[in-house]
Amino acid sequence: MISVITFKLILVSLLFLVTLGIAAYSTYFERKIAAFLQDRIGPNRAGPFGLLQPIADGVKMIFKEEHRPAGSNRLLFILGPSLAMATALMTSAAIPWGTHIEIGGHSYAFQVADINVGVLYVFAIVSLGVYGILIGGWSSNNKYSLLGAIRASSQMISYELAMGLSIIPIILYTGSLQMSDIVEGQHQVWNVFRYPLGFLIFLICAFAETNRTPFDLPECETELVGGYHTEYTSMKLGFFLFSEYVNMFVSSAMIATLFFGGYHFPGLSSLEHLPNLAAFLGFGVLFAKILFFIFFFMWIRWTIPRFRYDQLMRLGWQVLMPTSIVLIVIYGAIFSFL
Amino acid sequence: MLNSYLNKNTMESNVDYLGILLQMAFALGFVGLTMVATHTLGPKRRTAQKAEAFECGVESVGNARLPFSIKYFLTAILFVLFDVEVIFFYPWAVNFKELGGIGYLKMLFFIAPLFLGYLYILKKGALNWEKM
Repeated sequence: MISVITFKLILVSLLFLVTLGIAAYSTYFERKIAAFLQDRIGPNRAGPFGLLQPIADGVKMIFKEEHRPAGSNRLLFILGPSLAMATALMTSAAIPWGTHIEIGGHSYAFQVADINVGVLYVFAIVSLGVYGILIGGWSSNNKYSLLGAIRASSQMISYELAMGLSIIPIILYTGSLQMSDIVEGQHQVWNVFRYPLGFLIFLICAFAETNRTPFDLPECETELVGGYHTEYTSMKLGFFLFSEYVNMFVSSAMIATLFFGGYHFPGLSSLEHLPNLAAFLGFGVLFAKILFFIFFFMWIRWTIPRFRYDQLMRLGWQVLMPTSIVLIVIYGAIFSFL
Repeated sequence: MLNSYLNKNTMESNVDYLGILLQMAFALGFVGLTMVATHTLGPKRRTAQKAEAFECGVESVGNARLPFSIKYFLTAILFVLFDVEVIFFYPWAVNFKELGGIGYLKMLFFIAPLFLGYLYILKKGALNWEKM
Protein backbone atom coordinates (compact mmCIF):
# COMPACT_ATOMS: atom_id res chain seq x y z
CA MET A 1 0.00 0.00 0.00
CA ILE A 2 2.76 2.43 1.00
CA SER A 3 4.74 1.51 -2.11
CA VAL A 4 1.72 2.20 -4.31
CA ILE A 5 1.29 5.62 -2.75
CA THR A 6 5.00 6.37 -3.20
CA PHE A 7 4.75 5.30 -6.83
CA LYS A 8 1.71 7.56 -7.35
CA LEU A 9 3.51 10.46 -5.69
CA ILE A 10 6.55 10.08 -7.96
CA LEU A 11 4.30 9.70 -11.01
CA VAL A 12 2.24 12.79 -10.12
CA SER A 13 5.33 14.94 -9.57
CA LEU A 14 6.95 13.73 -12.81
CA LEU A 15 3.73 14.30 -14.71
CA PHE A 16 3.47 17.78 -13.22
CA LEU A 17 7.00 18.66 -14.36
CA VAL A 18 6.48 17.14 -17.80
CA THR A 19 3.19 19.00 -18.25
CA LEU A 20 4.76 22.33 -17.32
CA GLY A 21 7.80 21.63 -19.47
CA ILE A 22 5.73 20.66 -22.50
CA ALA A 23 3.47 23.68 -22.03
CA ALA A 24 6.45 26.05 -21.65
CA TYR A 25 8.21 24.70 -24.71
CA SER A 26 4.95 24.71 -26.68
CA THR A 27 5.08 28.50 -26.46
CA TYR A 28 8.61 28.40 -27.89
CA PHE A 29 7.69 25.97 -30.66
CA GLU A 30 4.50 27.89 -31.42
CA ARG A 31 6.65 30.93 -32.17
CA LYS A 32 9.27 28.96 -34.04
CA ILE A 33 6.67 27.19 -36.18
CA ALA A 34 4.87 30.49 -36.80
CA ALA A 35 8.18 31.95 -37.89
CA PHE A 36 8.90 28.97 -40.13
CA LEU A 37 5.46 29.14 -41.77
CA GLN A 38 5.80 32.89 -42.32
CA ASP A 39 9.42 32.74 -43.50
CA ARG A 40 10.83 34.49 -40.42
CA ILE A 41 13.49 33.42 -37.89
CA GLY A 42 11.56 33.51 -34.63
CA PRO A 43 13.01 33.82 -31.11
CA ASN A 44 16.80 33.37 -31.23
CA ARG A 45 18.26 35.69 -28.55
CA ALA A 46 17.93 33.84 -25.22
CA GLY A 47 20.32 30.90 -25.30
CA PRO A 48 21.25 28.75 -28.33
CA PHE A 49 18.44 28.90 -30.94
CA GLY A 50 16.45 30.89 -28.37
CA LEU A 51 15.90 27.74 -26.31
CA LEU A 52 15.88 29.64 -23.01
CA GLN A 53 13.07 31.90 -24.24
CA PRO A 54 10.25 30.17 -22.25
CA ILE A 55 12.26 30.53 -19.02
CA ALA A 56 12.97 34.19 -19.75
CA ASP A 57 9.26 34.73 -20.45
CA GLY A 58 8.25 33.04 -17.21
CA VAL A 59 10.67 35.06 -15.10
CA LYS A 60 9.56 38.25 -16.82
CA MET A 61 5.91 37.46 -16.14
CA ILE A 62 6.54 36.93 -12.41
CA PHE A 63 8.51 40.17 -12.04
CA LYS A 64 5.98 42.35 -13.86
CA GLU A 65 3.73 44.68 -11.94
CA GLU A 66 0.59 43.06 -10.63
CA HIS A 67 -2.27 45.36 -11.33
CA ARG A 68 -5.98 45.23 -10.56
CA PRO A 69 -8.34 47.78 -12.12
CA ALA A 70 -10.62 49.89 -9.95
CA GLY A 71 -14.13 48.48 -9.71
CA SER A 72 -13.00 44.90 -10.15
CA ASN A 73 -13.91 42.23 -7.66
CA ARG A 74 -10.73 41.32 -5.79
CA LEU A 75 -11.44 37.72 -4.82
CA LEU A 76 -12.94 36.73 -8.17
CA PHE A 77 -10.17 38.55 -10.04
CA ILE A 78 -7.63 36.23 -8.40
CA LEU A 79 -9.87 33.18 -8.53
CA GLY A 80 -10.38 33.35 -12.33
CA PRO A 81 -6.84 32.58 -13.55
CA SER A 82 -6.18 30.27 -10.58
CA LEU A 83 -9.16 28.12 -11.49
CA ALA A 84 -8.19 28.07 -15.17
CA MET A 85 -4.68 26.88 -14.34
CA ALA A 86 -5.61 24.41 -11.59
CA THR A 87 -8.24 22.64 -13.69
CA ALA A 88 -5.88 22.51 -16.66
CA LEU A 89 -3.23 20.79 -14.53
CA MET A 90 -5.68 18.24 -13.09
CA THR A 91 -7.07 16.74 -16.30
CA SER A 92 -4.04 14.62 -17.12
CA ALA A 93 -4.67 12.31 -14.12
CA ALA A 94 -6.94 9.93 -16.01
CA ILE A 95 -4.71 9.38 -19.05
CA PRO A 96 -2.85 6.04 -19.25
CA TRP A 97 0.79 6.70 -20.19
CA GLY A 98 1.85 3.11 -20.77
CA THR A 99 1.32 -0.50 -19.77
CA HIS A 100 2.20 -1.74 -16.30
CA ILE A 101 5.56 -1.03 -14.68
CA GLU A 102 7.16 -3.71 -12.52
CA ILE A 103 9.38 -2.67 -9.64
CA GLY A 104 10.54 -5.29 -7.16
CA GLY A 105 7.89 -7.86 -8.11
CA HIS A 106 5.05 -5.34 -7.80
CA SER A 107 3.08 -4.26 -10.80
CA TYR A 108 1.97 -0.65 -10.96
CA ALA A 109 -0.41 0.94 -13.46
CA PHE A 110 1.43 3.66 -15.42
CA GLN A 111 -1.43 6.07 -14.76
CA VAL A 112 -2.24 8.41 -11.90
CA ALA A 113 -5.87 7.36 -11.59
CA ASP A 114 -7.24 4.31 -13.42
CA ILE A 115 -10.81 5.10 -12.39
CA ASN A 116 -13.83 3.50 -14.06
CA VAL A 117 -15.34 6.92 -14.80
CA GLY A 118 -12.15 8.12 -16.54
CA VAL A 119 -13.81 9.76 -19.55
CA LEU A 120 -16.42 11.47 -17.38
CA TYR A 121 -13.68 12.72 -15.03
CA VAL A 122 -11.85 14.39 -17.91
CA PHE A 123 -15.04 16.01 -19.24
CA ALA A 124 -16.03 17.19 -15.78
CA ILE A 125 -12.69 18.87 -15.09
CA VAL A 126 -12.46 20.36 -18.58
CA SER A 127 -15.89 21.95 -18.21
CA LEU A 128 -14.84 23.47 -14.88
CA GLY A 129 -12.26 25.43 -16.88
CA VAL A 130 -15.10 27.53 -18.31
CA TYR A 131 -15.65 29.01 -14.86
CA GLY A 132 -12.09 30.33 -14.74
CA ILE A 133 -12.58 32.29 -17.95
CA LEU A 134 -16.10 33.44 -17.07
CA ILE A 135 -15.16 34.57 -13.55
CA GLY A 136 -11.98 36.25 -14.78
CA GLY A 137 -13.76 38.13 -17.55
CA TRP A 138 -16.71 39.23 -15.45
CA SER A 139 -14.71 40.33 -12.42
CA SER A 140 -12.45 42.66 -14.46
CA ASN A 141 -15.28 45.19 -14.83
CA ASN A 142 -14.29 45.87 -18.40
CA LYS A 143 -16.71 45.67 -21.32
CA TYR A 144 -14.25 43.87 -23.58
CA SER A 145 -13.54 41.32 -20.87
CA LEU A 146 -17.24 40.71 -20.30
CA LEU A 147 -17.87 40.20 -24.01
CA GLY A 148 -14.91 37.85 -24.27
CA ALA A 149 -16.04 35.89 -21.24
CA ILE A 150 -19.63 35.34 -22.37
CA ARG A 151 -18.43 34.46 -25.85
CA ALA A 152 -16.01 31.95 -24.38
CA SER A 153 -18.54 30.34 -22.12
CA SER A 154 -21.27 29.96 -24.72
CA GLN A 155 -18.74 28.66 -27.24
CA MET A 156 -17.36 26.10 -24.80
CA ILE A 157 -20.72 24.81 -23.60
CA SER A 158 -21.95 24.50 -27.19
CA TYR A 159 -18.99 22.43 -28.29
CA GLU A 160 -19.04 20.35 -25.12
CA LEU A 161 -22.35 18.84 -26.24
CA ALA A 162 -21.01 17.67 -29.57
CA MET A 163 -17.78 16.50 -27.90
CA GLY A 164 -19.66 14.40 -25.34
CA LEU A 165 -21.86 12.87 -28.04
CA SER A 166 -19.03 12.21 -30.48
CA ILE A 167 -17.29 9.65 -28.27
CA ILE A 168 -20.43 7.62 -27.43
CA PRO A 169 -19.78 5.12 -30.29
CA ILE A 170 -16.34 4.40 -28.79
CA ILE A 171 -18.01 3.56 -25.49
CA LEU A 172 -20.61 1.47 -27.33
CA TYR A 173 -17.71 -0.54 -28.73
CA THR A 174 -15.60 -0.69 -25.55
CA GLY A 175 -18.41 -0.96 -23.01
CA SER A 176 -16.41 0.97 -20.43
CA LEU A 177 -15.57 4.53 -19.50
CA GLN A 178 -12.21 3.49 -18.09
CA MET A 179 -9.42 5.03 -20.17
CA SER A 180 -7.18 1.95 -19.93
CA ASP A 181 -10.03 -0.23 -21.28
CA ILE A 182 -10.53 2.16 -24.19
CA VAL A 183 -6.81 1.94 -25.01
CA GLU A 184 -6.82 -1.86 -24.67
CA GLY A 185 -9.81 -2.01 -27.04
CA GLN A 186 -7.58 -0.54 -29.77
CA HIS A 187 -4.78 -3.09 -29.69
CA GLN A 188 -5.67 -4.31 -33.19
CA VAL A 189 -7.34 -1.37 -34.93
CA TRP A 190 -7.16 2.25 -33.84
CA ASN A 191 -10.53 3.89 -33.22
CA VAL A 192 -9.79 6.51 -35.86
CA PHE A 193 -10.08 3.85 -38.60
CA ARG A 194 -13.19 2.36 -37.05
CA TYR A 195 -14.73 5.75 -36.57
CA PRO A 196 -13.23 8.53 -38.74
CA LEU A 197 -16.15 10.97 -38.69
CA GLY A 198 -16.33 10.87 -34.90
CA PHE A 199 -12.63 11.71 -34.79
CA LEU A 200 -13.21 14.73 -37.00
CA ILE A 201 -16.03 15.98 -34.72
CA PHE A 202 -13.93 15.41 -31.61
CA LEU A 203 -10.96 17.20 -33.17
CA ILE A 204 -13.02 20.27 -34.11
CA CYS A 205 -14.54 20.35 -30.63
CA ALA A 206 -11.08 20.07 -29.06
CA PHE A 207 -10.03 23.20 -30.97
CA ALA A 208 -13.12 25.03 -29.72
CA GLU A 209 -12.68 23.82 -26.14
CA THR A 210 -9.08 25.03 -25.97
CA ASN A 211 -10.01 28.36 -27.60
CA ARG A 212 -7.50 27.84 -30.36
CA THR A 213 -7.69 29.39 -33.83
CA PRO A 214 -9.96 29.10 -35.84
CA PHE A 215 -12.19 29.29 -32.75
CA ASP A 216 -10.26 31.87 -30.68
CA LEU A 217 -13.10 34.39 -30.67
CA PRO A 218 -12.99 34.92 -26.88
CA GLU A 219 -9.62 36.64 -27.24
CA CYS A 220 -10.17 37.91 -30.75
CA GLU A 221 -7.71 40.82 -30.62
CA THR A 222 -9.07 42.74 -33.58
CA GLU A 223 -12.46 43.18 -31.87
CA LEU A 224 -11.98 42.68 -28.15
CA VAL A 225 -8.41 43.89 -27.36
CA GLY A 226 -7.45 40.82 -25.29
CA GLY A 227 -10.88 39.34 -24.68
CA TYR A 228 -11.42 37.99 -21.17
CA HIS A 229 -7.82 38.72 -20.10
CA THR A 230 -7.70 42.37 -21.22
CA GLU A 231 -7.21 43.69 -17.67
CA TYR A 232 -4.79 41.01 -16.48
CA THR A 233 -1.09 41.54 -15.86
CA SER A 234 1.90 39.62 -14.51
CA MET A 235 1.56 35.90 -13.78
CA LYS A 236 -2.25 36.12 -13.65
CA LEU A 237 -2.15 36.86 -17.37
CA GLY A 238 0.54 34.21 -17.63
CA PHE A 239 -1.81 31.64 -16.09
CA PHE A 240 -4.53 32.32 -18.66
CA LEU A 241 -2.06 32.02 -21.53
CA PHE A 242 -0.25 29.06 -19.99
CA SER A 243 -3.43 27.12 -19.20
CA GLU A 244 -4.28 27.26 -22.90
CA TYR A 245 -1.04 25.42 -23.68
CA VAL A 246 -1.60 22.90 -20.88
CA ASN A 247 -5.10 22.30 -22.27
CA MET A 248 -3.63 21.84 -25.71
CA PHE A 249 -1.28 19.19 -24.33
CA VAL A 250 -4.11 17.39 -22.51
CA SER A 251 -6.40 17.59 -25.55
CA SER A 252 -3.67 16.10 -27.72
CA ALA A 253 -3.23 13.34 -25.15
CA MET A 254 -6.99 12.70 -25.18
CA ILE A 255 -7.08 12.55 -28.98
CA ALA A 256 -4.12 10.15 -29.01
CA THR A 257 -5.68 7.98 -26.28
CA LEU A 258 -9.24 7.84 -27.57
CA PHE A 259 -8.58 7.62 -31.30
CA PHE A 260 -4.95 6.75 -32.00
CA GLY A 261 -4.41 3.74 -29.76
CA GLY A 262 -2.74 5.58 -26.89
CA TYR A 263 0.51 3.83 -26.02
CA HIS A 264 -0.07 1.01 -28.54
CA PHE A 265 2.46 0.40 -31.30
CA PRO A 266 3.01 -2.60 -33.61
CA GLY A 267 4.92 -5.29 -31.72
CA LEU A 268 3.86 -4.23 -28.22
CA SER A 269 2.42 -7.68 -27.49
CA SER A 270 5.77 -9.36 -28.32
CA LEU A 271 7.40 -7.46 -25.42
CA GLU A 272 5.23 -9.13 -22.78
CA HIS A 273 8.22 -10.63 -20.94
CA LEU A 274 9.86 -7.19 -20.73
CA PRO A 275 7.07 -5.13 -19.10
CA ASN A 276 9.20 -2.13 -18.18
CA LEU A 277 10.68 -1.80 -21.67
CA ALA A 278 7.17 -2.10 -23.11
CA ALA A 279 5.89 0.57 -20.73
CA PHE A 280 8.65 3.04 -21.59
CA LEU A 281 8.46 2.40 -25.32
CA GLY A 282 4.69 2.85 -25.08
CA PHE A 283 5.23 6.09 -23.22
CA GLY A 284 7.58 7.28 -25.97
CA VAL A 285 5.12 6.32 -28.68
CA LEU A 286 2.24 8.09 -26.91
CA PHE A 287 4.44 11.15 -26.57
CA ALA A 288 5.30 11.15 -30.24
CA LYS A 289 1.55 11.07 -31.02
CA ILE A 290 0.90 13.89 -28.54
CA LEU A 291 3.68 16.05 -29.99
CA PHE A 292 2.31 15.50 -33.46
CA PHE A 293 -1.11 16.76 -32.38
CA ILE A 294 0.39 19.77 -30.60
CA PHE A 295 2.16 20.56 -33.88
CA PHE A 296 -1.15 20.04 -35.67
CA PHE A 297 -2.83 22.60 -33.38
CA MET A 298 -0.14 25.14 -34.33
CA TRP A 299 -0.22 24.25 -38.00
CA ILE A 300 -3.99 24.90 -38.10
CA ARG A 301 -3.50 28.20 -36.27
CA TRP A 302 -1.33 29.59 -39.05
CA THR A 303 -3.42 28.10 -41.86
CA ILE A 304 -7.11 28.77 -41.19
CA PRO A 305 -8.49 32.24 -40.41
CA ARG A 306 -10.86 32.91 -37.52
CA PHE A 307 -14.58 32.09 -37.80
CA ARG A 308 -17.31 34.68 -37.39
CA TYR A 309 -19.31 34.15 -34.20
CA ASP A 310 -22.60 33.15 -35.84
CA GLN A 311 -20.71 30.73 -38.12
CA LEU A 312 -19.08 29.21 -35.06
CA MET A 313 -22.39 28.68 -33.29
CA ARG A 314 -23.99 27.34 -36.45
CA LEU A 315 -21.20 24.81 -36.90
CA GLY A 316 -21.52 23.61 -33.32
CA TRP A 317 -25.29 23.40 -33.01
CA GLN A 318 -26.48 22.76 -36.54
CA VAL A 319 -23.72 20.58 -37.98
CA LEU A 320 -21.66 18.82 -35.32
CA MET A 321 -24.43 18.02 -32.82
CA PRO A 322 -27.01 16.46 -35.19
CA THR A 323 -24.22 14.62 -37.03
CA SER A 324 -23.00 13.03 -33.82
CA ILE A 325 -26.54 11.98 -32.82
CA VAL A 326 -27.02 10.37 -36.25
CA LEU A 327 -23.65 8.67 -35.85
CA ILE A 328 -24.74 7.19 -32.51
CA VAL A 329 -27.86 5.75 -34.18
CA ILE A 330 -25.85 4.33 -37.10
CA TYR A 331 -23.07 2.81 -34.98
CA GLY A 332 -25.59 1.44 -32.48
CA ALA A 333 -27.36 -0.36 -35.34
CA ILE A 334 -24.06 -1.69 -36.72
CA PHE A 335 -22.90 -3.00 -33.35
CA SER A 336 -26.26 -4.57 -32.47
CA PHE A 337 -27.32 -6.17 -35.72
CA LEU A 338 -24.16 -6.84 -37.73
CA MET B 1 -20.03 -10.31 -19.24
CA LEU B 2 -21.24 -9.38 -15.77
CA ASN B 3 -18.23 -11.16 -14.37
CA SER B 4 -15.80 -9.18 -16.45
CA TYR B 5 -17.57 -6.01 -15.40
CA LEU B 6 -17.14 -6.90 -11.74
CA ASN B 7 -13.47 -7.63 -12.35
CA LYS B 8 -13.08 -4.23 -13.90
CA ASN B 9 -14.68 -2.67 -10.88
CA THR B 10 -12.33 -4.38 -8.48
CA MET B 11 -9.36 -3.25 -10.56
CA GLU B 12 -10.16 0.30 -9.65
CA SER B 13 -9.17 0.96 -6.07
CA ASN B 14 -9.35 3.87 -3.68
CA VAL B 15 -5.65 4.47 -4.34
CA ASP B 16 -6.66 5.79 -7.74
CA TYR B 17 -8.77 8.48 -6.15
CA LEU B 18 -5.84 9.24 -3.88
CA GLY B 19 -3.85 9.85 -7.06
CA ILE B 20 -6.40 12.45 -8.11
CA LEU B 21 -6.16 14.10 -4.71
CA LEU B 22 -2.36 14.18 -5.02
CA GLN B 23 -2.58 15.74 -8.44
CA MET B 24 -5.08 18.28 -7.10
CA ALA B 25 -2.70 19.11 -4.23
CA PHE B 26 0.13 19.67 -6.73
CA ALA B 27 -2.05 21.86 -8.96
CA LEU B 28 -3.42 23.97 -6.09
CA GLY B 29 0.01 24.24 -4.45
CA PHE B 30 1.63 25.44 -7.67
CA VAL B 31 -1.15 27.94 -8.36
CA GLY B 32 -1.13 29.25 -4.78
CA LEU B 33 2.65 29.61 -4.58
CA THR B 34 2.89 31.34 -7.94
CA MET B 35 0.07 33.73 -7.04
CA VAL B 36 1.81 34.68 -3.80
CA ALA B 37 5.18 35.00 -5.58
CA THR B 38 3.87 37.24 -8.33
CA HIS B 39 2.04 39.32 -5.72
CA THR B 40 5.12 39.89 -3.56
CA LEU B 41 7.65 40.32 -6.36
CA GLY B 42 7.35 43.03 -8.94
CA PRO B 43 6.77 46.77 -8.56
CA LYS B 44 3.53 48.38 -7.42
CA ARG B 45 2.76 51.87 -8.60
CA ARG B 46 -0.96 52.52 -8.49
CA THR B 47 -2.23 55.64 -10.16
CA ALA B 48 -5.82 56.69 -10.73
CA GLN B 49 -5.42 56.61 -14.50
CA LYS B 50 -3.86 53.20 -14.54
CA ALA B 51 -6.72 51.80 -12.48
CA GLU B 52 -9.28 52.79 -15.08
CA ALA B 53 -10.79 50.11 -17.28
CA PHE B 54 -8.91 49.82 -20.58
CA GLU B 55 -10.99 50.90 -23.53
CA CYS B 56 -8.40 51.77 -26.16
CA GLY B 57 -7.72 55.21 -24.67
CA VAL B 58 -11.32 56.37 -24.67
CA GLU B 59 -12.68 57.22 -21.23
CA SER B 60 -14.91 54.41 -20.12
CA VAL B 61 -18.55 55.18 -19.47
CA GLY B 62 -20.54 53.49 -16.73
CA ASN B 63 -20.21 50.06 -15.22
CA ALA B 64 -19.28 47.01 -17.28
CA ARG B 65 -21.74 44.69 -15.53
CA LEU B 66 -24.25 45.29 -18.28
CA PRO B 67 -27.13 43.06 -19.28
CA PHE B 68 -25.95 41.02 -22.25
CA SER B 69 -27.67 39.64 -25.34
CA ILE B 70 -30.50 37.17 -24.73
CA LYS B 71 -28.95 34.82 -27.31
CA TYR B 72 -26.21 33.81 -24.90
CA PHE B 73 -28.79 33.12 -22.22
CA LEU B 74 -30.86 31.03 -24.61
CA THR B 75 -27.78 29.07 -25.60
CA ALA B 76 -27.08 28.34 -21.94
CA ILE B 77 -30.67 27.13 -21.37
CA LEU B 78 -30.52 24.87 -24.42
CA PHE B 79 -27.15 23.57 -23.29
CA VAL B 80 -28.55 22.56 -19.90
CA LEU B 81 -31.49 20.80 -21.60
CA PHE B 82 -29.32 18.86 -24.02
CA ASP B 83 -26.55 18.15 -21.56
CA VAL B 84 -29.03 16.35 -19.31
CA GLU B 85 -30.05 14.25 -22.31
CA VAL B 86 -26.41 13.51 -23.14
CA ILE B 87 -25.87 12.23 -19.58
CA PHE B 88 -28.49 9.52 -20.26
CA PHE B 89 -26.47 8.26 -23.21
CA TYR B 90 -23.52 7.28 -21.06
CA PRO B 91 -25.06 4.56 -18.85
CA TRP B 92 -26.74 3.09 -21.93
CA ALA B 93 -23.44 3.10 -23.85
CA VAL B 94 -21.58 1.37 -21.01
CA ASN B 95 -24.23 -1.36 -20.77
CA PHE B 96 -24.82 -1.48 -24.51
CA LYS B 97 -23.54 -5.04 -25.02
CA GLU B 98 -25.60 -6.51 -22.18
CA LEU B 99 -28.78 -4.75 -23.32
CA GLY B 100 -28.34 -5.98 -26.89
CA GLY B 101 -30.57 -5.24 -29.88
CA ILE B 102 -33.71 -4.73 -27.76
CA GLY B 103 -31.89 -2.15 -25.67
CA TYR B 104 -30.84 -0.36 -28.85
CA LEU B 105 -34.44 -0.25 -30.13
CA LYS B 106 -35.60 1.06 -26.77
CA MET B 107 -32.92 3.74 -26.93
CA LEU B 108 -34.31 4.84 -30.30
CA PHE B 109 -37.51 5.76 -28.46
CA PHE B 110 -35.39 8.10 -26.37
CA ILE B 111 -33.39 9.53 -29.26
CA ALA B 112 -36.46 10.19 -31.46
CA PRO B 113 -38.16 12.73 -29.13
CA LEU B 114 -34.76 14.27 -28.43
CA PHE B 115 -34.20 14.77 -32.13
CA LEU B 116 -37.75 16.05 -32.61
CA GLY B 117 -37.12 18.60 -29.85
CA TYR B 118 -33.93 19.61 -31.60
CA LEU B 119 -35.78 20.07 -34.89
CA TYR B 120 -38.39 22.14 -33.04
CA ILE B 121 -35.85 24.61 -31.63
CA LEU B 122 -34.21 24.73 -35.05
CA LYS B 123 -37.55 25.55 -36.69
CA LYS B 124 -38.30 28.16 -34.01
CA GLY B 125 -35.05 29.90 -34.94
CA ALA B 126 -33.53 29.62 -31.48
CA LEU B 127 -30.21 28.66 -33.03
CA ASN B 128 -30.28 31.43 -35.60
CA TRP B 129 -27.77 34.07 -34.53
CA GLU B 130 -28.38 36.66 -37.22
CA LYS B 131 -32.02 37.52 -36.64
CA MET B 132 -33.66 36.94 -33.32
